[in-house]
Amino acid sequence: MSRYLLRRLLITIPSVLGISVVLFTVLALAPGDPFGELATNPAIPPEVQATLRLKFGLDDPVPVRYLHWLSAMLHGDWGFSFASRIDVDRLILQRLPVTLGVIGASQLFALLVALPVGIYAATRPYSLFDQVASTFALIGFSLPTFFTGIVFILVFSIYLNWLPFVFRSDLASTGFAWWWEEFRQSIMPVAVLGLFQGATWTRFVRSAVLDVVRLDYVTTARAKGLTESGVVLKHVVRNALIPVVTLIALQMPIVFGGAIITEQIFRIPGIGSLLISAILANDTPVIMAVTFVFACLVILFNLIADLLYGWLDPRISYR
Amino acid sequence: MAGSTPASPTVDAPGVTAQGDAVGIAAPGTTRARHVTPWTEAWRRFRRHRLAVVSVVILLTMILAVMFGPLLWRAQINDIDFTAQLQGPSLAHPLGTDDLGQDLLARMLYGGRISLAVGLAAMSVSVVVGTIVGSLAGISRGLVDNALVWLIDLFLSLPQLPVLLLLIYLFRDSLKHLVGQELGIFILIVAGIGSFRWMTVARLVRAQFFALREKEFVEAARALGASTFRVVVRHILPNALGPVIVAGTIDVAAAIIAESTLSFLGLGFPADIPTWGRLLYDAKDNLDVAPHWALFAGGAITLAVLTINFIGDGLRDALDPRRIL
Repeated sequence: MSRYLLRRLLITIPSVLGISVVLFTVLALAPGDPFGELATNPAIPPEVQATLRLKFGLDDPVPVRYLHWLSAMLHGDWGFSFASRIDVDRLILQRLPVTLGVIGASQLFALLVALPVGIYAATRPYSLFDQVASTFALIGFSLPTFFTGIVFILVFSIYLNWLPFVFRSDLASTGFAWWWEEFRQSIMPVAVLGLFQGATWTRFVRSAVLDVVRLDYVTTARAKGLTESGVVLKHVVRNALIPVVTLIALQMPIVFGGAIITEQIFRIPGIGSLLISAILANDTPVIMAVTFVFACLVILFNLIADLLYGWLDPRISYR
Repeated sequence: MAGSTPASPTVDAPGVTAQGDAVGIAAPGTTRARHVTPWTEAWRRFRRHRLAVVSVVILLTMILAVMFGPLLWRAQINDIDFTAQLQGPSLAHPLGTDDLGQDLLARMLYGGRISLAVGLAAMSVSVVVGTIVGSLAGISRGLVDNALVWLIDLFLSLPQLPVLLLLIYLFRDSLKHLVGQELGIFILIVAGIGSFRWMTVARLVRAQFFALREKEFVEAARALGASTFRVVVRHILPNALGPVIVAGTIDVAAAIIAESTLSFLGLGFPADIPTWGRLLYDAKDNLDVAPHWALFAGGAITLAVLTINFIGDGLRDALDPRRIL
């Protein structure tokens, strides 16, 4: 197990480097000097510009600039936000917990929907429940999150006036009232994101369980006289969920995309809405850093999924 | 796998096909069995997925509407009429008007052209790139294959929306100067979306190569002196057609969602090109007074994506090589 863990960790490093190369190449290919606002300002005389360009290494060859950028990122020097007048890493650290909270809660919600529905549907294939569930799963995964978000606001905030549609990070209340407010304002974003993911995962869970449910060892378990629930929960689901873990990890890029949209609709102050406002404000250091953080989060969750996979499926540990 | 359950009810049960064959052979008056091409067979399977057939009809109607609708519905997309702001559906404006009194039906028809065109173009990009990368990886073993697989995995773990936003942010202005605003953003969005959707196709194509490149018919083609290119194009790639068509269908839906997402975030097409996502972006600030605006635009996106996904589902049943015959 520990060797597997170590090897898996080592594979992660080239991935992070690869992504940083892709991001930096995109930036280097882009016309203009996105980092060079100071140097291209016409109010600054040419000599000063040349000195500044030399100082920031803007005329160095791209690989050299990449190494500079990478070592700065590794040292925690992520630059300075033009718009917010604060260090980028502090800005991101302020915003990250909200994003992770919303994503975490919505994934939990999605699992709570997908697991029971998917398992129940797969153990009764082509029954009425299965057909209804499959159709709804396809509809749920076709509904764009930005549209469900708007419909939710329309129904629950405007017509029914039950829930607030702007997420506030500065709630005045304390104690129990604070938790209640926080819960109320989180319902819609979490539901929008969770229902979309839940629909996708229901399909995954259903087909994974279907692959396992007719195997011979399941028949053996039934023949031994185990109860149906015992067979399904202990024998079928445990094996069926192994591939689902990988599929969930592959969904992470889409989850983060959904988080950006949800944060933008409900004005949640997370890193997704930070990215959008940074793009609108031409705040290049923030844009680069947030994109890189998203990429690292995806890799992190892939890593977690692989480790989980190794733990769930002992065959893989010794490969 | 013994007794495995087919993934979809519309996949033929073994008995049904056997019965069909029996009829074909034993039918009186026919001296030889009716010749069934793979495409007739696929169409027969596809028809069994009722929702998919309904979806084809709806989608074709939408495509015809956006192609020929503007010829019949003569309202201009930018006729500003301040006496008719934010009106609900009426005879003069079947889908209502927006905050400048512009006719929403005309705007939806025009925007639909762009949204669907982006979907199809991005799908073509991803299928072409995916097929090339997949074939390269499949035919060349060792180092090249490993490198390409690593590239596929790398692209799979890139967060697509943030990187897409980054691409648009960095290249928007220069492309605007180069080929004009509308074409520039079209190229950028199509290339951007296409470059994040090719991995599925590449994996499918590569898998086909692994399954087939040692098979006898490929050996036979080689022995007859066929070049590698001919073996790839004539003998191996046609076998990947089914899964690639299914993946391509899903890609169209995904590309439409991606374009709408960008426009919805205000970073896609500009306001004078009313794609469905852009209409939704403009509508979201008037939700309380003019909900019809958002509902029609969002409904169009949803309907297009939903029908395409259902068609993909039907095509999977019709073309999936793992189908049970």
